[in-house]
Amino acid sequence: MNAKTTAPTDAPEAESKDPQNSSSILEAVDLSIRYGTKVAVSDVSLQVPEKKITAIIGPSGCGKSTLLRTFNRMNDFVPGCTISGRALYRGIDLFAPDIDPVEIRRRIGMVFQKPNPFPKTIAKNVSWGPAINKSSENLTELVEESLKRAALWDEVKDRLNDSALGLSGGQQQRLCIARTLAMRPEVILMDEPCSALDPVSTARIEDLLFELKSRYTIVIVTHNMQQAARVSQYTAFMDMGRLVEFGETDQIFTRPNDKRTEDYVSGRFG
Amino acid sequence: MSNLLEITPELRHRRRKSTAFRYVCMSVTWMSVVLLVLLLAHVTKAGIDWLDWQFLTSFPSRFPEKAGLKSALLGSTWLIGLTAAFSIPIGVAAAIYLEEYAQKNRLNEFIEVNVTNLAGVPSIVYGILGLAIFVRGMGLGRSLLAGALTMSLLILPVIILASREAIRAVPNSIRQAAFALGATRWQTTRHHVLPAALPGILTGVILAMSRAIGETAPMVMIGAAAYVAFMPESPMSDFTTLPIQIYNWAKRPKEEFQQLAAAGIIVLLVALLLMNATAIVIRNMSQKKGA
Repeated sequence: MNAKTTAPTDAPEAESKDPQNSSSILEAVDLSIRYGTKVAVSDVSLQVPEKKITAIIGPSGCGKSTLLRTFNRMNDFVPGCTISGRALYRGIDLFAPDIDPVEIRRRIGMVFQKPNPFPKTIAKNVSWGPAINKSSENLTELVEESLKRAALWDEVKDRLNDSALGLSGGQQQRLCIARTLAMRPEVILMDEPCSALDPVSTARIEDLLFELKSRYTIVIVTHNMQQAARVSQYTAFMDMGRLVEFGETDQIFTRPNDKRTEDYVSGRFG
Repeated sequence: MSNLLEITPELRHRRRKSTAFRYVCMSVTWMSVVLLVLLLAHVTKAGIDWLDWQFLTSFPSRFPEKAGLKSALLGSTWLIGLTAAFSIPIGVAAAIYLEEYAQKNRLNEFIEVNVTNLAGVPSIVYGILGLAIFVRGMGLGRSLLAGALTMSLLILPVIILASREAIRAVPNSIRQAAFALGATRWQTTRHHVLPAALPGILTGVILAMSRAIGETAPMVMIGAAAYVAFMPESPMSDFTTLPIQIYNWAKRPKEEFQQLAAAGIIVLLVALLLMNATAIVIRNMSQKKGA
């Protein structure tokens, strides 16, 4: 793609230097996703800004999780899932034939709806990702740093070698976040990370999101509109597979442009 | 109020039916247990007097008091060892492929259906196959190697089915967690799926092995020798196995040989029970660890 010539003046590839692109790290362009013949996401175009928290809200089955999982190609594991249009990461097409999804997932981490720690020790849960990726870092320090960033260190520092399955649901979810942070990703995708947690654990995770947003780009899918309003700077509202409205969170929740957005955020449907 | 709790004739009738069904189920359960106990008692009574150290350490003989199981015991051990060496790696690898790698298409569905079918094929058929391919086709003769390869064919479907069950029981969320950390399919399988599935795979493998140790028909078919008065020394040796030795004693008219057969059956049953007990212990240990 990059021209070998050093002459900067007449390079025709102005597209990648587009100012809008430089601030957005993930981008969907006319993206449609089908499961077999069923259309889950249709014609979505959206730019996710860097080092901000972007929330995707919408009623069940609106395709928000599907859209999220496209950005680290987790939909590859769903049989019959096909996409058209483009999904870009820093201008690189994630679905180009020479792209290895394994490499994408190292940089774009994911936290799932249900906490899914490995049935191994707490330390192993955090160090496994860097270990299999031949990280040159000191794993003991990395484990401590990641657990501190995930606000879990104080609770588990005396039992790093106990099974992760002995932790509470909220602790397990923070462990899953720590595990993702240990990979030093640029983007963290979160698929309803608090929906299986009690309000206290949810509050702790939201606090954590505030701390993380200066370093990472976070995209969070949530059912909980208060959560979206509390934690995110940008909000996308989806309905029936389409992106209805995307903008700053304040604007979406206070002065939505679209009637459907207004109805949804004011609790009239969904 | 008392009207509400009254036992009506209709309710009494339903209760009687429920009780009756309970006793039917109970008697059927006990019937199978009693039959097994009767069988064991009969065999034990006939064979227990012959069961001693000399019986385990002597070669077969035409004098009952000198006859023993040594060559059959060693033959069975060799056979099981070789069969395990062939069938476990192939069976587990096939299960991993079918569960973790194979795409859903016609060819793989065809393979899956046929693996299940193969598990139900009578063992004598495998004996004929072994005779044609290994004994004659590959010129291995009536050797341990030919026997073990035949036995491997026989239990491969069982191992594949049990391993697939165990692999499928590993929650998908674990795989997703590993993939989301940038793991390859192999790293996910090696570090997370296989360790979680291992107890189930081991249980299936041991049960398959205990099936192999008791199989007679395919070994008769490929011509395991009836009388072996030497130790099997290499995979190319002639051999006999426990069930064949028992069969040979049982078909003799002399009373003492019948009792020797009974003693042989006790040894075989003890070996089987030990293997099954191992399988249960492994399963329980892993359940405790998972909790």
